[in-house]
Amino acid sequence: MAKKPKNKRRDFLQLSTVTLGAVGTAAFIWPFLKSMSPAEDTLAAGSTEVDISAIEEGQSITIKWRGKPVFIKKRTKDEIDAAKMVQASDLRDPQDDADRVQKEEWLVLVGVCTHLGCVPLGQKVSDMKGEYDGWYCPCHGSHYDTSGRIRKGPAPKNLDVPPYTFLNDNTIKIG
Amino acid sequence: MDKNRKVHEFKNPVLNWIEFRLPIISYFKKEYGDYPMPKNCNYFWSFGALATITLVTMIVSGIFLAMNYTPHTDMAFDSVERIMRDVNYGWLMRYIHSNGAAFFFIIVYIHIVRAMYFGSYKYPRELNWILGVFIFLLMMATSFLGYTLPWGQMSYWGATVITNLFSAIPFIGEGLKTWLLGDYNVGNATLNRFFALHYVLPFVIFGVVGLHVAAVHVHGSNNPDGIDIKTNNDSVNFFPYMLIKDTVAMCAFGVAISAVIFFGPNLMAEVDNYIPADPLVTPAHIVPNWYLAPFYAILRAVPDKLGGVLLMFGAIVILFILPWLDRSKVRSCNYRPIYKWFMMGFFVNFFALGYVGMLPAEGLYLLIARVGLLYYFGFFFIITPFVGWIEKPSKLPLSISDVYAKNIAPNIGGGEKGMPAPAMQKDTNL
Repeated sequence: MAKKPKNKRRDFLQLSTVTLGAVGTAAFIWPFLKSMSPAEDTLAAGSTEVDISAIEEGQSITIKWRGKPVFIKKRTKDEIDAAKMVQASDLRDPQDDADRVQKEEWLVLVGVCTHLGCVPLGQKVSDMKGEYDGWYCPCHGSHYDTSGRIRKGPAPKNLDVPPYTFLNDNTIKIG
Repeated sequence: MDKNRKVHEFKNPVLNWIEFRLPIISYFKKEYGDYPMPKNCNYFWSFGALATITLVTMIVSGIFLAMNYTPHTDMAFDSVERIMRDVNYGWLMRYIHSNGAAFFFIIVYIHIVRAMYFGSYKYPRELNWILGVFIFLLMMATSFLGYTLPWGQMSYWGATVITNLFSAIPFIGEGLKTWLLGDYNVGNATLNRFFALHYVLPFVIFGVVGLHVAAVHVHGSNNPDGIDIKTNNDSVNFFPYMLIKDTVAMCAFGVAISAVIFFGPNLMAEVDNYIPADPLVTPAHIVPNWYLAPFYAILRAVPDKLGGVLLMFGAIVILFILPWLDRSKVRSCNYRPIYKWFMMGFFVNFFALGYVGMLPAEGLYLLIARVGLLYYFGFFFIITPFVGWIEKPSKLPLSISDVYAKNIAPNIGGGEKGMPAPAMQKDTNL
């Protein structure tokens, strides 16, 4: 029929109009969605330098990094030994202590329970430290050992180790 | 309700399921599909759709700006600068929003000019006009509140000057002003409430726009010849004819606003607003946004504080009664040989008022403002009622189709010139 080529032309016009409209709408929406992700100044605040010269053996400090608490602990000989003695294969989230530290005595952890985001106890001398003498989350009872690994309770994973570097013996840069 | 009531049947069963419970599908089909538009409508009739699109754009960009804005006197200015520098595409959001406001007024002014010139405010569309003036008032309030938020010098002093207008009211003025500000001066309490109101008013506008559109759909759109649709031959369906026409208008509008957003985003901004607000120093020359300038010119043209305030508000309020001031039954100025020129004079005069409203109120500018003020009110109170009385309108066409039948020759009303209209059939099978 003579009508056919005409319809083809109309289909083409319709399809290309709708496609162009869809691409244009998407291009318009993108900046709006992107504006909700962290801004440049927020990203710039993504690293923190910490002076660790004043921390005594067995002591632990809490600093804020990207709005979250980070634990920096100078471990005692006993604590290091306790962490090393554990067989990784016995653990829920198998990891050797050596894989979690850069220098044996310095343990750096993101202080957020991997269960539902509470901050575990154990930073202060008077705090409950849990059955494995590391940290204990009061929200739902997760126990972490002296390497920050999950040993008991509902949390699925070990406490995260943030990216960090030793700038010198007394300064750590986190992030 | 009757279970057997007649329900529109669609091919899609989901649509039928919804339609049976909520007849929204047939509503949209009726109001935005088959809705008959006079076939002689020109591009002036696209500005209502453009205004709606701009309103939605303003609301969306505003919501995203609010996610990063802090309504506190110590932080507002910096938070706006952070939006400009640090927030991803924050500069784009803000320039869309600030220039969008200016374009919103350009569009609405053209929309109002169209309604006035072609007599869209007359019977039976008076309520529609009243709702429109109400929207215009809300827009002015919203833009004023929004202008305060960046907390620059113009924001601060603009807010100070405008809120001081209320102190002109005898007896209760000072108390009212203090109540509005929540402080003795424009301060943090003021900024907080202005932000809250600036956020909510656009949704109120959106609601009134809904009524405005519903009202126009009752009696249908006016047209350049100001005569009613009589037969099917006088109209075309909204879909696809007017939808496509509005889309073309929208594309042209998109090019225009993008040109400003990307290549001259501060063309319509005042440089002084990039200086943080300082309650101890007033800028040498306080300027309102250009779209409010005609009313500002009226305010300053009157040498009396209360009188200026009353006339300024009166200049807007008088629009409400325009349908009753105009006694002529003929809608379109195309068929009103005398009133047409007064009407154009009114537009020129309004523009001139706006121009002098941006300049210092002294010397010649002040004189122009005063003459403009006289013409503004004279137009409504004297010219409009009396011209309608003495003027002999030219002969109206018998129908909209008739316009095309006779006028392949010069057609004053715009419209699709040279279209072989009588031969054009309404295509209802789309």
